[in-house]
Amino acid sequence: MYLFIARRLFFAVLLLLAVSLVTYLLFSVLPVDPAALTCGKNCKPDLIAANRVRLGYDKPVLEQYWLFLKGIFVGRDYGMGQAAFSCPAPSLGYSFSRHQCVTTLIGKTFPVTAYLSLGAFVLWMLIGIGSGAVAALNKGKWQDRLANAFTAVGVSLPTFYVGLLVLFSVVIWLGILPFPHYASPFEDPIAFFQAMILPWLTLAVLSAASYTRLTRNGMLEAMNEDFVRLGVAKGLKRSVILRKYVLRSALVPIVTIAGLDFAALLGGAIITESVFTLPGMGKLSIRAVVESDLPVLVGTTMVAAVFIVLANVLVDILYGVLDPRVRTK
Amino acid sequence: MAEVVLSVRNLSVSFNTPDGVVHAVNDVSFDLQAGETLGIVGESGSGKSVTAGSLMRLNNSVTATTTGSVIVNGVDVLNCTEDEVRGIRGQDIAMVFQDPLSALNPYYSVGAQIAEAYKVHHADASKDEVEQVVIDMLKKVGIPHPETRLHQYPHQFSGGMRQRIVIAIALVNKPKVLIADEPTTALDVTVQAQILDLMIDLQRETNMAIILITHDLGVVAEVARDVLVMYGGRVVEKASINDLFVAPTHPYSWGLLGAVSSLEDLQRGHLKTIAGTPPSLISIPSGCAFHPRCEFYEGVGSRCSSEVPELRTISSGKSMSACHLDDAQIVSIGKRKVLQ
Repeated sequence: MYLFIARRLFFAVLLLLAVSLVTYLLFSVLPVDPAALTCGKNCKPDLIAANRVRLGYDKPVLEQYWLFLKGIFVGRDYGMGQAAFSCPAPSLGYSFSRHQCVTTLIGKTFPVTAYLSLGAFVLWMLIGIGSGAVAALNKGKWQDRLANAFTAVGVSLPTFYVGLLVLFSVVIWLGILPFPHYASPFEDPIAFFQAMILPWLTLAVLSAASYTRLTRNGMLEAMNEDFVRLGVAKGLKRSVILRKYVLRSALVPIVTIAGLDFAALLGGAIITESVFTLPGMGKLSIRAVVESDLPVLVGTTMVAAVFIVLANVLVDILYGVLDPRVRTK
Repeated sequence: MAEVVLSVRNLSVSFNTPDGVVHAVNDVSFDLQAGETLGIVGESGSGKSVTAGSLMRLNNSVTATTTGSVIVNGVDVLNCTEDEVRGIRGQDIAMVFQDPLSALNPYYSVGAQIAEAYKVHHADASKDEVEQVVIDMLKKVGIPHPETRLHQYPHQFSGGMRQRIVIAIALVNKPKVLIADEPTTALDVTVQAQILDLMIDLQRETNMAIILITHDLGVVAEVARDVLVMYGGRVVEKASINDLFVAPTHPYSWGLLGAVSSLEDLQRGHLKTIAGTPPSLISIPSGCAFHPRCEFYEGVGSRCSSEVPELRTISSGKSMSACHLDDAQIVSIGKRKVLQ
């Protein structure tokens, strides 16, 4: 088992290296001169040239990539003399349009994304597994049909549409909540919840739909298994059979997908954050795209990649914990 | 006379399906005595597994309609509370399923699954006591090194070993009745014999009754004392195993026995069959369900297609048959068929 984990982690690191190289090269071939973006419209050529040297854009691409990698571990110094500044490790570069280290920017925005993801994740697992279980237990009845309708609607409605609709109806039309204005939960918990509740619900309800279907189908499939029949024949209570036999076997695929979905969300819920104007990583990425802020883009892409790769490893390990058939192989 | 441990009267089961009502079991009655082995034979769709399922009320309660009575321990399984039937399941009646590969829960160790079956009916048993019971049970069903193997999971056992574990689960509470639903169908021929021997040995030890459901006449001949032959959801013949093979009394039984292949048949390169196909249980033929396939239908005539034959004792012996042929004809044709 430990050998398995070590091997998976080793390959995860290799994978991340490959992702970082591809990302870096991809952004470096964009027809954008990063040095020209460091100062406004009336930039003088000599200032551009100076900034190019200062930020290291005069070097060959592969050397730039090497400096980027090195910066992650030892930090990075830019410029010399009076104009010198540095981004401490782990440095993901320097944003010339925001005049801040990328790590600092991500550090500021990541908590917002994390709160959003975590809250939505808990909600959608509860809604998804709950409604899926209710649908499975009432197969063919109105509860099942309602869950089916919910699934169809949830899977097909896009977040930006529902998000705007919810924002419009709750905030502008009904006026129940003030217009969301994000505040840290430690400084102003009420404002925090007021800003978060709608994005949480929107994200949760739409994502829950696929979990409803997964839970329902998994449970219905399990209910037809011989081992569930044997559980009944043992004289077990219905609640025990549902928990230890039916839900247990429906859980394995749910955990797999939940891990990956959650990780993808941690990389930035771009649309949700934009609709609800949450200053998270998704918002940061969008702004970086608009401003061609390449270091920030590389940084956020790398952070998202780390989460997804780590989640893959974690899901593999969980698989072994959940299913003894995987463990012994 | 041994104690009657299970008494089934006029059992009928039908299922509501989108295609129509499936009459899976019609008017089945039998008694089972302690220590007895009753075989139920018939082809697929003859209602044998549904019969077995209703003895423990295992059929889908939403779609199935069950009438009649199944008396165990003085309780009617079909008309008692959920709590009462749970008390009977695993304690008075236990079941061994056809496919040991899918009958065990893949997520729990085999020891935990046997322990679970024991603890349901022995809530106050201590942990050590339960573990001792599990080890004893694994020993009894012939699993080597039970102390270590009880921690292993179903996928770490072979098919035959898994069926032994299913048997251990079924017998851990020393039930009065064991229902074995095609217990050897999914196993290798050599393993089949081992599993049957194991069941017979354990039966001698505890004097339980066994209902053996199978389509394999060879298996029935090996272990059963009495046999019910089912066709189209009805019992068409009820006989001792000896009488069934020596003097069968129903045209369907004649066909079944005729289809048992011998080495000469194989050398000749063709197998004997019963003409036609089993009936759809949604539209069972009127009268005797077997009449469209019966070679004596022409001789007897319209009674076969209009009137359901009663199960009656045939004058020559103890066998019961549900056929419109008269007793003398049945006896003489039966003899002729066996000689062929």
